Amino acid sequence: MTVHEEFADELALLALGSLQGEERAAVEKHLEGCAACRLELQQLRGEMALLALSTAGPKPPARAKERLMRTIAKEPRSQRSESHRAPWWAVLGWATAAAMIIMFTLLWQQNRTLEQQVAGLSAELKQQQAELAKARAIVATLTKPDAVITVVKANTLPQPQGKAFYVRDPARLVFIANNLPQLPPQKAYELWLIPASGAAPIPAAVFKPDAHGSATVINPPLPVGVQPKAFAMTIEPEQGSSTPTMPIVMVGGA
Amino acid sequence: MAQLYDRYSPIVYSVALRVLGDTGAAEDVLQDVFIQLWKNPGLFDSSRGNLGAWLSVIARNRAIDALRKRRPESEIADVIVSVQPDLAGDAERSRAMEKVRGALGAMPSAQRSALELAYFEGLTHTEIAAKTGEPLGTVKTRIRSGLLQLRKAFQT
Repeated sequence: MTVHEEFADELALLALGSLQGEERAAVEKHLEGCAACRLELQQLRGEMALLALSTAGPKPPARAKERLMRTIAKEPRSQRSESHRAPWWAVLGWATAAAMIIMFTLLWQQNRTLEQQVAGLSAELKQQQAELAKARAIVATLTKPDAVITVVKANTLPQPQGKAFYVRDPARLVFIANNLPQLPPQKAYELWLIPASGAAPIPAAVFKPDAHGSATVINPPLPVGVQPKAFAMTIEPEQGSSTPTMPIVMVGGA
Repeated sequence: MAQLYDRYSPIVYSVALRVLGDTGAAEDVLQDVFIQLWKNPGLFDSSRGNLGAWLSVIARNRAIDALRKRRPESEIADVIVSVQPDLAGDAERSRAMEKVRGALGAMPSAQRSALELAYFEGLTHTEIAAKTGEPLGTVKTRIRSGLLQLRKAFQT
């Protein structure tokens, strides 16, 4: 996650309380939807805390503590605890304060552990969702009623074969190939969509087969709505070509 | 509460005193901050950062409110602080203090001054630009990069 550069200076000003009016409203609105910038704001406040340390030195006078203790002896605690407050609360003020500190610490640690667990789980969930979306896209292409299935073959043995599952709109293509001969160095296979309109072949994907000669191409970027005449494969430089280099090694009509 | 006070009152008091320049006014901020904590212990929880850091940010903000004669903004509940060093122990605090002073000392004086005007005097970037005669954008960037330099000092 990265901080949005256009808000970077403003976040520091917001932390310091220098931002007012529209500028402040704009940053606060952005923060509502941006976790990275919220985290940055917390860290900038951390730097503010560190800056406070540069003043360390003077100690408050002893009377300040006495005054505080006198005041809190008379002050009610939070509204939440008020309704449950037993009469002995005030008498046991010190013991309660000590217990509060211990409880603070325990809850703090527990909360930190839970936060870490939640972060781990949400990362895992995100990954699974991405995998699921990918799988759904493949299934959608394979099962769409208007999918065009094209077998791309060669005449040598063992016979290389490719299957293209193609949907025009939205443009979706899954291409699965087997028994592909290994490529010369710095070369790759390129798959072409040959339009029925007679227009120039459209480069669909550049790929290399695995050690067993298998390869899968899933949903490469393609223009929408092209009626295919055939799919063909050529051998091209690794970075791919914009027009096919003869000979065509495999071809299949739609 | 007495323990928390003994541990954190020096940092709360010294930042308030630096901002306000008056012991009586600094004491008032000190009282206010600890009474808030006493009345609303739920205000502080672990997700807000370590207590020393949180208190010092609250103290600075309250002191600036007092300095500028503003009504305290009801922002205590919103302040979340994330800071690396745990400021609970004296040793950690004094190590961190040395690092902060070192980082401030290493900054170009214009940058340190922009940061200090914003932090200790509560001047807005517009006010700083008017005071120093520098472009607003320069002031903004100086303030941010000053804070980032402090962060960097604790990452090495």
